[in-house]
Amino acid sequence: MKTVYKRPKLLKEAHFHYCPGCGHGIVNRLLMEVIEEMDLQESAICVAPAGCGMLLYNYFEIDVLESAHGRGAAVATGIKRARPQSLVFSYQGDGDLAAIGTAEGFHAANRGENISVIFVNNGVYGMTGGQMAPTTLLDQVTTTTPEGRDPVLAGHPVRICEVFSKLDGATYLERVAVNKPAAVKKTKKAIAKAFQRQLDGLGFSLVEILAPCPTNWKMGSIESCQWIDEVMCKEFPLGVVKEVRGGDRPRAEAPGGAATGKGASCS
Amino acid sequence: MKRLMSGNAALGEAAVLSGCTCYFGYPITPQNELTEYMARRMATSGGVFIQSESEIAAINMVLGASVTGARAMTSSSSPGISLKQEGISYLAADELPAVIVNMARGGPGMGNISPAQSDYFQATRGGGHGDYKTIVLAPGSVQELTEIVPLAFDLADKYRNPVIILGDGMLGQMMEPVDFDNLQRPPDYEKDYTLTGAKERPARKIHSLIFDTKLQEEHNWKLFRKFRLMEQNEVRYETYLTDDAEMIVIAYGFGARIAKGAIKRLRQENLKVGMIRPVTLWPFPAKALRDMAKTVNDFFVFEMSTGQMVEDVKLSLEGRGHVHFYGRPGGVVPMPIELSRIIARHYIQAQAGGRRRKR
Amino acid sequence: MLVNTIFSGFGGQGVLSMGSTLATAAMLEGKYVTYLPAYGVEVRGGTANCTVVVSDEEIASPVASEPEYLVAMNQPSFARFQSILPAGGLLLANSSLVNTESARRDIEILAIPTSELAEKLGTIKVANMITLGALVRASSMISYDTMLENLKEILGEGKAKLIELNKQALGLGYNYAKDRAYGH
Repeated sequence: MKTVYKRPKLLKEAHFHYCPGCGHGIVNRLLMEVIEEMDLQESAICVAPAGCGMLLYNYFEIDVLESAHGRGAAVATGIKRARPQSLVFSYQGDGDLAAIGTAEGFHAANRGENISVIFVNNGVYGMTGGQMAPTTLLDQVTTTTPEGRDPVLAGHPVRICEVFSKLDGATYLERVAVNKPAAVKKTKKAIAKAFQRQLDGLGFSLVEILAPCPTNWKMGSIESCQWIDEVMCKEFPLGVVKEVRGGDRPRAEAPGGAATGKGASCS
Repeated sequence: MKRLMSGNAALGEAAVLSGCTCYFGYPITPQNELTEYMARRMATSGGVFIQSESEIAAINMVLGASVTGARAMTSSSSPGISLKQEGISYLAADELPAVIVNMARGGPGMGNISPAQSDYFQATRGGGHGDYKTIVLAPGSVQELTEIVPLAFDLADKYRNPVIILGDGMLGQMMEPVDFDNLQRPPDYEKDYTLTGAKERPARKIHSLIFDTKLQEEHNWKLFRKFRLMEQNEVRYETYLTDDAEMIVIAYGFGARIAKGAIKRLRQENLKVGMIRPVTLWPFPAKALRDMAKTVNDFFVFEMSTGQMVEDVKLSLEGRGHVHFYGRPGGVVPMPIELSRIIARHYIQAQAGGRRRKR
Repeated sequence: MLVNTIFSGFGGQGVLSMGSTLATAAMLEGKYVTYLPAYGVEVRGGTANCTVVVSDEEIASPVASEPEYLVAMNQPSFARFQSILPAGGLLLANSSLVNTESARRDIEILAIPTSELAEKLGTIKVANMITLGALVRASSMISYDTMLENLKEILGEGKAKLIELNKQALGLGYNYAKDRAYGH
């Protein structure tokens, strides 16, 4: 019998704490699949966030360091610069990257840090109970926008990929989703591509993943998946937002060795 | 061979000689020369230098570098150190070594760029959120930095805990002759906690999130036991003319230099004043003070603040002895003659009140 | 013996390098020394000053509230700092730029026409070294020979060709001060 799916070895035999229908579990699994298939478990270091993704170290059979809320890209920068031979990625939510940690993400991108950011965008603060996120859509009801998000009072949805695309150091930015099988496949490809680009020393990469949050969206699981296609994707169009070859970023060596590489530039 | 160097530059050189391979910093006066020195020096030594986008980013880069086993440092001045507190708390919780330099300035708020000692509480009480301590080292001269810096890296590695070097604008800006002849690079510790990829070992997870309150409590007690060890083993202080002293001045860092100048003048007038200069502000030399109180009645605290260390002096003495205080906050640097006049007045009043050295 | 000197003038007049040159020379003689630049909001062309303390003993404070010597390279510095010079102090003024008339009769003033003196060397850039030469002569806080030796240390191989010029400048100031009676 042909095996069409199996649990990746790097994903522990543990029950996810994620709510039914949540996108995080899929993203967690995809990451471990990619790392396993690319044979990177011996070099991978993950920077975990605060938020719903924070417990991922319970599921990953790779080295994980927890970061303070929003600081993932700075922590990953420190790791990567000190240990350029490692595959380093941060896992960040929308509040994490698009609000409290925008400066860290923005400047890691601008320096062309040779790291990857896995950015899970579900449009709400999940763990804290469904408050408005920077990526919450206009008119979307959350616990802190009970009448719907009013741009006059609460601003507009933040499109991180588009914002970061203006930075010369960011060389690969793609927005994907995990709301249906075809989209999940694309997400996996995007993650693998981001990691491969890091291995090739091409600079900063970010994969933004639209993920359902049925609990805080007050929807059913299927309805949530449909809502991503019908509503969320209008605000956050899927696809490659930026892909450039990247500069001839030297493969930096560990401190004490040769000089480390500087930021990549567009070509 | 001696070189004329600013405290900031000497600190940078001492850090590199101590094995620091990663430096992350953000400009703020009066410590910019350190960041600039590291930019030049790391380029030649093959280390990592990043001018970060903020002090918050810098301390988190330190966290990242530290977790790989590298000796990492960041530096700032008072307002920037406030921003770093989040990261320092995480370093302490994760039990990761790091050296953080504060070339303090007048505060609160934006304050000014003149030297001050008003960050004592912030440094010695942990500074950020949660139940933790950092070792705090307070050098008083550019040469002393060459002893303090390797010690800071060593203690950080030894206890897997952040260590603060608390200087001030004066120490950073002032140039003095310095040599690095006796600087010993601290030994490399066996680090069985670093994240280097799960190669031929199980994956490692470093996190401070501990949902189970019983486990969190145990983690707190574990840290506490470590801090108690530091209190037992790492107290450092210097005494000056204490043998016959009727009054002991307690001052640290740059303040202790001024106090020493004052005491020299007082001795010329036969006023028997000595000094205890804490080198570790935490752990504080509490026992040394208590022991001193067996023979001395009067303790005079001088700080370039409205009075912070004076509380530790009182806590240490536990009611023994009279505690006097003189402070100049706001970046004011008093002259030794000013301090000597103040001390003399307190001294004469104490003696007139019949308080003498106990035999 | 503890000697405090404040150097002041426009930024760009070599005020800070005067101070650090003196400080390194004192270091070469094995003396205790501190050099403290006034730091802060920097305006190009604004005033600059620094303080050098030279002593046979450990130095408590690098701040000089009562300097024995004051070097003023421009008029604003002359106006600002002459009042902090205690009675009996010596003020060395760059009389090419400074009107050295002062109401104070309790200090000595050594007026040094640095531009005139520098003409012989073909550059005004060494006005600071001329003044420093005069200070060395007037104060005797370090030996002239150490100061010359020090130039090699400071300028290094990269700027070796400047050593001779600076030597000549120091010598001009030194000899000028030697031949001078100080007064008002």
